[in-house]
Amino acid sequence: MPAIVGEHLTKIFGRGETEVIALDDVSIGVEGGELVALMGPSGSGKTTLLRALSLIDPPASGRVMMDGATICEAGRVLVDDRRLRRRRMGIIFQSYNLIPFLTALENVALILTLDGVPAREALRRARGLLERLDLAHRADQHPATLSGGEQQRLAVARAVINDPKVILADEPTAALDTERGQAVMELLRRLGREGNAGVIVVTHDERMLTGFDRVYRMLDGRIASSGRTAQPSEERYEIAHE
Amino acid sequence: MNLALRDVRYRLGRFLLTALGLGLLLTTVMAMGGVYQGLVVEALSIVRAAGADLWVVQKDTNGPFAETSRIPDDLYRTIRAVPGVQEASPVAFQSLQFKVGPKPFRVQLIGYRLGGLGGPQAVVAGRPIVRGRYEMVVGREAGLPLGTEIRIRRLVFRIVGLTEGIVSSAGDPVAFVSLLDAQEIQFSKANEAVRNDRARLQADLRADPGLATVSPEAVAPIVQNTHLANAVLVRLEPGAHPETVRAHIERWKYYRVLTAAQQEDVLGKSVIERGRQQTLLMRAILLIVSIVIIALIIYTMTLEKIRDIATLKVVGAPDRTIAALILQEALALGVVGFILGAVLIGRTYQYFPRRTVIVAFDQWVLLGIVVVICVVASLLGISKALRVDPTTALGGGA
Repeated sequence: MPAIVGEHLTKIFGRGETEVIALDDVSIGVEGGELVALMGPSGSGKTTLLRALSLIDPPASGRVMMDGATICEAGRVLVDDRRLRRRRMGIIFQSYNLIPFLTALENVALILTLDGVPAREALRRARGLLERLDLAHRADQHPATLSGGEQQRLAVARAVINDPKVILADEPTAALDTERGQAVMELLRRLGREGNAGVIVVTHDERMLTGFDRVYRMLDGRIASSGRTAQPSEERYEIAHE
Repeated sequence: MNLALRDVRYRLGRFLLTALGLGLLLTTVMAMGGVYQGLVVEALSIVRAAGADLWVVQKDTNGPFAETSRIPDDLYRTIRAVPGVQEASPVAFQSLQFKVGPKPFRVQLIGYRLGGLGGPQAVVAGRPIVRGRYEMVVGREAGLPLGTEIRIRRLVFRIVGLTEGIVSSAGDPVAFVSLLDAQEIQFSKANEAVRNDRARLQADLRADPGLATVSPEAVAPIVQNTHLANAVLVRLEPGAHPETVRAHIERWKYYRVLTAAQQEDVLGKSVIERGRQQTLLMRAILLIVSIVIIALIIYTMTLEKIRDIATLKVVGAPDRTIAALILQEALALGVVGFILGAVLIGRTYQYFPRRTVIVAFDQWVLLGIVVVICVVASLLGISKALRVDPTTALGGGA
C-alpha cells in the first residue's frame, strides 16, 4: 500500500489575468521505504506539490490519501492536518527552519512533546537519535552555533523522530556543498528505508539523484515525466518516459 | 517543554532590557500612585496631628482649611463646660511666607495655646515651645536648623524645636508658635489701618448724640482686637458620643461643629479634590500609555518570531502551544517589569520632593492591572500569530 498518494491534484493562484496554474492534474504515489525525487525548474510546481501533499496548502481539487485513507478531497481537509504532520509526517526545509531558541536536543524532542510524550522520555529518545546521527556532542548547542551540514542533519533528525510514514524534504541540500549534500541524501535514504517511510525530495541538483528509486520531473505544474531508476545504488540512473 | 521560558532564556539580555524599560514606565505609574496617596495623607496629616474629636468653627463655614473662620478665642472656656468635653483649646491657622537670608520659605503657621490641643505631637529635635512668645517649632521638611532666627512682620522668632510628618494640603511644612504670636501675626492691623479705624470710630461717636459721653480712648482697643481664633479643638471624654456633643454645641452656642471625620472629608473632597483628580487622570493616562507600549512590545516580539511560528505550525504545533508561547512571554515581561518597577520606586520614593506614599494594596492592584494589560495586549500578538500562513516557513516558489 502506498505511503502517500496524490490523485489529480490541482492548485491555482491568482485570478483573471494574474491566474497561475501551479498544479495541473498532478498524480503521484510513493511506497513505504521508497525514495522519490521531484525535479524541475523554478516555478514548475515542486514546492506547491509538497505543500499540497502535506496539507500545509491543500489542493483545490483532487484527492490525497495516506495508508489508503483519504485525508483531503476536493479542497476539503478531512483530518486534523497539524496532528497528522506531527504524528505521521516528517518535513525538512531548504533553510533548516530550526527553532533558534531551542537547543539541538530540544529541537528534536519538540515534536514528541507537542504530541504529549513526557519531556524526559522525549529528550531520551532525541538524545538516542542524535547519537545515531553523530550529533550527540552538539546536543546542548543552539542551532546558530552549528554548521550548515550539522543544522540540516539536525533537521533530518527532527523530521524522523516521530517515525513518520512520509518524509517530505524541500531542497534539503540547496544550502550545502556537494559532499555534505550527498551525506544528507544518504542519511534520508537510510532513515527512510529503516523506518519504511516514503521519502519525497524536491531537488534540482542532478548530482544528488544517486540512489533514488524514482524520479518525477515537473514542468508548468504538470508531471512531465517519471521513471524508476534502473539501479538505485549506482551513480547512473535511467528515466523511462511514460 | 516550555517554549516561552526557553525563548526568554535565549534572548535574556534583550528581554531584561525590555523589561527594564517597562519597569521604568511602571515606576512612573507607581510614583503617580504614591504622589496621589501622599497628597491625601499630607492633606489629612494636619487634621490628624491635631488629635481633636471635634472642630468648632464659625457658623455657616466649613472651617479654616476651606475658608475663613473667625471665632472668639475665649470660646474654648464655654465649650469646656459642655457635658462630654474633656478638653477644648483655640487654634489659629495661617499660610504665610517669610525669608531667611535671601531664601523664601512657605509654611503653614499654627498658633496654639501652650499646654492645650493643636500643638506638635512629637518634637524630634530641640524642645517644645515653653515660653509664651517668640519661639517656634518648625517641620523638618522646611530644612531650617535649630536656632535659626526668623522675622515675620514685626516679630522675630527663634526655632527651638523640629517636628516632622505634618504638612499642609499644599505640601508646605508646618510652623508652630504660641496662640498669642499667631494672633498678632494674623489679626493685628497695620498702623495705617488702626489710625483709619480710630478716626472713623471717633466720627461715629461725634455723630450720635446718644454716644456723646463715650470716651474715644475707652473704645479704642476695639479696633485693635486680636482675641480671635480660627477654630476650637475639642477632645471628648472617654465614652462621650461625638454626635451628642456636636448637637449640643451647635444648638446652644451657635457655632458649626465638625467631627474629625467631617473635617477630613472637607479636606479630602473639596480642598484637594482637584489635585487628586489631576493625579488620578495622570495615572489613567500613564496606564493607557503602558497598555499601548506593552501591546506594541508584544506585537513586535511576535513579528520577530513569525518564521518560527510558521515552522511550529508546519511541524504540527497546535494553536494553543503558539498562543501559550506569546501569552506566557507577555506575562513574564509584565511581571518582571513590575518587579523591577517596584524595586526602583521602593528605593527612590523617599527622595521625592513631596511626600510619596507607596501603599501595598495599590501595588497589588497595579500588578493585577499589569497582568490584565499583558493578557489583553498579547491577544494582538496571538491574533497575528494564529493568522500566520505556515507556508511562510517554506522556501522556494511554486
